[in-house]
Amino acid sequence: MILLDKPGTTGAPAPPRPAPPSRGAAVLRDLGLGIRFAAGGGREGWIRTLLTAVGVGLGVALLLLASSVPHLLDARSARDQARKESPASTASQSGRTDRSVLRVDAGSDFGDETISGFLMRAEGADPVLPPGIDRFPAPGTMVVSPALKELLASPGSGLLRERLAYRITGTIGDDGLRSPGELRYYAGSDTLTTARGAHRITEYGGAGETDPVPPLLVVLIVMVCVVLLVPVAIFIATAVRFGGDRRDRRLAALRLVGADIRTTRRIAAGEAMFGALLGLLLGLAFFLVGRLFVGSVELWDVSAFPADVVPDLRLGLLIVVAVPLTAVLVTLLAMRSVVIEPLGVVRRGRERGRRLWWRLLVPAAGLSVLVMKGRVGEFDPVDPVPIATGAVLVLVGLALLLPWLVEACVNRLRGGPVPWQLATRRLQLSSGAASRAVSGVTVAVAGAIALQMLFAAMSADFHRATGEDPSRAQFAAYSEDVTGDAATSAIERFRATEGVDTVIGSVEAYATKPGTYAEDDVTPTTSLTIGTCATLRELARIDRCEDGDAFVVHPPGDEEQAEWVDRTARKGKTVLIGEGMGREPFRWTLPADTPTVTARKDPMGEIHHGIMATTGALDASKLPGATIVAQIRVDDRVPDIAEYVRNTAYRIDPGMRFVELNPVARDRMYDSVRTGLQVGATVVLLLIAASMLVSQLEQLRERRRLLSVLVAFGTRRSTLGWSVLWQTAVPVALGLAVAVAGGLGLGATLAWMIHKTVVDWWLFWPMVGAGAGLIAVVTLASLPPLWRLMRPEGLRTE
Amino acid sequence: MSIGHTLLGLLESGPRHGYDLKRTFDEKFGQDRPLHYGQVYSTMSRLLKNGLVEVDGVESEGGPERKRYAITDAGITDVSQWLDQPEKPEPYLQSTLYTKVVLALLTGRSASGLLDTQRSEHLRLMRILTDRKRKGDLADQLICDHALFHLEADLRWLELTAARLDQLAKVVTP
Amino acid sequence: MIPEGSLLSAHDLRKTYGSTPALDGASFSVHPGEVVAVMGPSGSGKSTLLHCLAGIVNPDSGTITYAGRELSAMSDAERSALRRSDFGFVFQFGQLVPELTCVENVALPLRLNGVKRKAAERTALEWMERLEVDGLGGKRPGEVSGGQGQRVAVARALAGSPKVIFADEPTGALDSLNGERVMELLTEAARSSHVAVVLVTHEARVAAFSDRDVTVRDGRAHNLEYSA
Repeated sequence: MILLDKPGTTGAPAPPRPAPPSRGAAVLRDLGLGIRFAAGGGREGWIRTLLTAVGVGLGVALLLLASSVPHLLDARSARDQARKESPASTASQSGRTDRSVLRVDAGSDFGDETISGFLMRAEGADPVLPPGIDRFPAPGTMVVSPALKELLASPGSGLLRERLAYRITGTIGDDGLRSPGELRYYAGSDTLTTARGAHRITEYGGAGETDPVPPLLVVLIVMVCVVLLVPVAIFIATAVRFGGDRRDRRLAALRLVGADIRTTRRIAAGEAMFGALLGLLLGLAFFLVGRLFVGSVELWDVSAFPADVVPDLRLGLLIVVAVPLTAVLVTLLAMRSVVIEPLGVVRRGRERGRRLWWRLLVPAAGLSVLVMKGRVGEFDPVDPVPIATGAVLVLVGLALLLPWLVEACVNRLRGGPVPWQLATRRLQLSSGAASRAVSGVTVAVAGAIALQMLFAAMSADFHRATGEDPSRAQFAAYSEDVTGDAATSAIERFRATEGVDTVIGSVEAYATKPGTYAEDDVTPTTSLTIGTCATLRELARIDRCEDGDAFVVHPPGDEEQAEWVDRTARKGKTVLIGEGMGREPFRWTLPADTPTVTARKDPMGEIHHGIMATTGALDASKLPGATIVAQIRVDDRVPDIAEYVRNTAYRIDPGMRFVELNPVARDRMYDSVRTGLQVGATVVLLLIAASMLVSQLEQLRERRRLLSVLVAFGTRRSTLGWSVLWQTAVPVALGLAVAVAGGLGLGATLAWMIHKTVVDWWLFWPMVGAGAGLIAVVTLASLPPLWRLMRPEGLRTE
Repeated sequence: MSIGHTLLGLLESGPRHGYDLKRTFDEKFGQDRPLHYGQVYSTMSRLLKNGLVEVDGVESEGGPERKRYAITDAGITDVSQWLDQPEKPEPYLQSTLYTKVVLALLTGRSASGLLDTQRSEHLRLMRILTDRKRKGDLADQLICDHALFHLEADLRWLELTAARLDQLAKVVTP
Repeated sequence: MIPEGSLLSAHDLRKTYGSTPALDGASFSVHPGEVVAVMGPSGSGKSTLLHCLAGIVNPDSGTITYAGRELSAMSDAERSALRRSDFGFVFQFGQLVPELTCVENVALPLRLNGVKRKAAERTALEWMERLEVDGLGGKRPGEVSGGQGQRVAVARALAGSPKVIFADEPTGALDSLNGERVMELLTEAARSSHVAVVLVTHEARVAAFSDRDVTVRDGRAHNLEYSA
């Protein structure tokens, strides 16, 4: 064979074949090869790696954020403690010193915002300063938080400027604020006295001792963590699979040139690891960048200083190790279901279908853990481990159940209109990708439903019915330790405020029975309420009333209390008013013909009893010390009416307590847990929407040519649009169904554990709505690329 | 191959001596089969008789007498007709087709048009054969297929040549 | 300008992709029931010509008339509707929807046109029978051979009872025997149903199934039958 005879090689010895590499070296070489593919696989390879990295990065950033929460909360409460007045200093009311300061809480509301603030008056040359300010505000000036400064400067806050009419001389530093969005001020005053409600303080810094978190709240917090973090883990696992089909085809090409199956697995592992490591770096970058903006983002009243967002070291290390490891494991697991042959990729096991029994085991195990744990006493210390374990097993079990369910349901779907047929057939061919992404939704939604049920069941504890009746009055103001004179003028000033219909304004004081009493005897005392006839009618069932009348008021259905009232309120006899206020008490004789009437609830739901006198019977301005209570009904139609009333209250007394009447009072801690859940669930759903979108777009791009062919056929855009919608909607709907069923079950179990009954079975609607929103977002976001891919250019690329 | 038409075509660029014609022919088309001078002489006398060429002049400086031929209008028309007329598709047609293409290029006629005409003629025959094949029995089909494959080869050559016409024009036109 | 009795005709089409002209004054026409082969070297613009004729791509200039209606004056939706109702398509590859079964694929144009599922699939099966692939009804395109898939595609193009079938290299991915059979079935079915076929191919033996051929070169169509 002359043709094959290469001149020159015949004489020279053949170069020695390199020895086969050792096993370890082979593993390293294959992993390295995988990394090379991931990094240098051309544009397509980079896109795939980048998608994975961005997905993993988002997940990692979220995990890092979650691991920063403990530090964030610590830092917040530390700052909160540091600016509280020291209990030691309030206890010793003793004396004014060079450092002592008089201050009064002058917090106020503006719209929905709560502004905290203090009026302060220095008593010496070197007054103590709260953290965050370096100069004591002079009278008539104030230092404000940056957020308040901004609010005051905004065009809509004219009424607030009117209220806080101090000159701004500085801003409060970060160490004096709980969060960047906090509205706070310290204003200087030269009129404050202890007699007018001010406290004397000589030191800042609370005693560190905070209330222990109630056990029920521990259960809630554990659940919130599970609900939010499991979907993130699922998301990361999904992100690692981005572009898997293309990778499988590339590996098939490698098999053609001689790589064995083990090699391809190692190469795939290398690729996945590279993507995950890149994702880890990206996640760190996202986290660091996001941290800078965390101050400007405010979700449901929560914002944080970037410096507070510091991951817990141990959790951070766990993330760094676990994420690449998960990536490799998920990849290897995913590759178990495909056989990569030299001439292509064969999926195996599809005919067999998914098996149900082991998928049922996990949620069943979770439920039995919870049931075996049994009921938790309301005040017993709660061991969160079994509850968390049970809940995690149930939620993960639901995620496992979903692929089986999607497959089982979709395989039964037949016929229907063309878009429906396209979507269901597509899902029949490969429902795995869809169910994987949706399982994240399922966990998030099921968890959220269970939690909300738990919240609702616990709401009796957290939500007290206040008995307040906003139809009789929308606002109430109290000002303590004022003279009777000031009290009457304050009520007049409320009445004069624009938009105020009626003021149930009363001056309250205490009346005692004159005489001397033994050390351990209780002086007979009852309350004295002075107001107009109209006011008194709101407080007691009075038939006839003329100015100059007085009444003895008994509480309804309480004989004992009524008798106690009568011991002080003796008709025709004298009572002392303002005894022990440091001033001479006022003596007043209860008229002999005073009728006895029954009390009724005031708009705030409180019962007033004792003595009631009209302003004609007893001149309030003569009282040495009294409390004004003004319950104000306003004309709701007047815009900004609340601000006008608040401004009046602030003018009367910045320290005046001013509340808006609400039929329900909320517990702040409960609110913050719920807020956390809402923020987290939103982020998780967005994350899942992103991963569904990526898979959707990947799939569309793979089908570019087919889409063009369908366009050539004259297929309507709407037909394909609907099919994209159904393709997302069917698995999401199934996922939501599983989530609702599982969530209701879990919620009922948890409610049973804490001795509560489920009050509302329909709480899941908002989450179902959020799921529908997710479908809409994914569909809408995939339409523009779909339209672009539907252009006939796709027919030309061959 | 029609030597008469070829020589006529060569005359189109200007009057030539018989010997000159033979040399040009050999150079352009006769690589493996040079023309005898006698062939040129007899062909030219036939063309002269048919009025397609005329004698432009006679030289006899120190040797035999040499006639100089020039093409007549009738001759030009004849060349055009020949070039326009597609060849009957048959195997081993290339040499004729090649000659036609080169002549078209030499005489400034449309070589690509010529190729298109030929392609069309080939396809016409292929269509007939395909039709016969469809209606015929297996023997018919095999016979037709043989012809079809040959014709297809021709067509490929035609396409290739069409794609390289510019290159060819540079080579053949001095 | 419009040849007598033509069903679909184009005059002086120009189309540029980016800076490269794909069509540069191409004209074309086809009569009802006529099979016309569009030939030419690759990159000559024959596919672009087909896309323009079918109303998939709008030419930059020139007129396309189908059954007396001006195609370039129609909206995208109208042209889509026309493609659904009057045109059928066969491409070289990648045209069957992989997740639908073969019979569902064939029924697709009918269903897009609003025919009920049962009726559409009945018609689809009839056409699959004519193309000798009726045994593949329940299979997915991934489970059938290339030749069978192409016959399914032809059945699909015919199933919607179109007036014109556009076939772009319909046998390009097939061996000669399979390719010829597909062409035979396509042209026979088209002729017997009086359907015009615009057949883009670079293969002479495929073009030989046509009644007439047009060569596209440098974006211009050379229509020799009419010039001769």
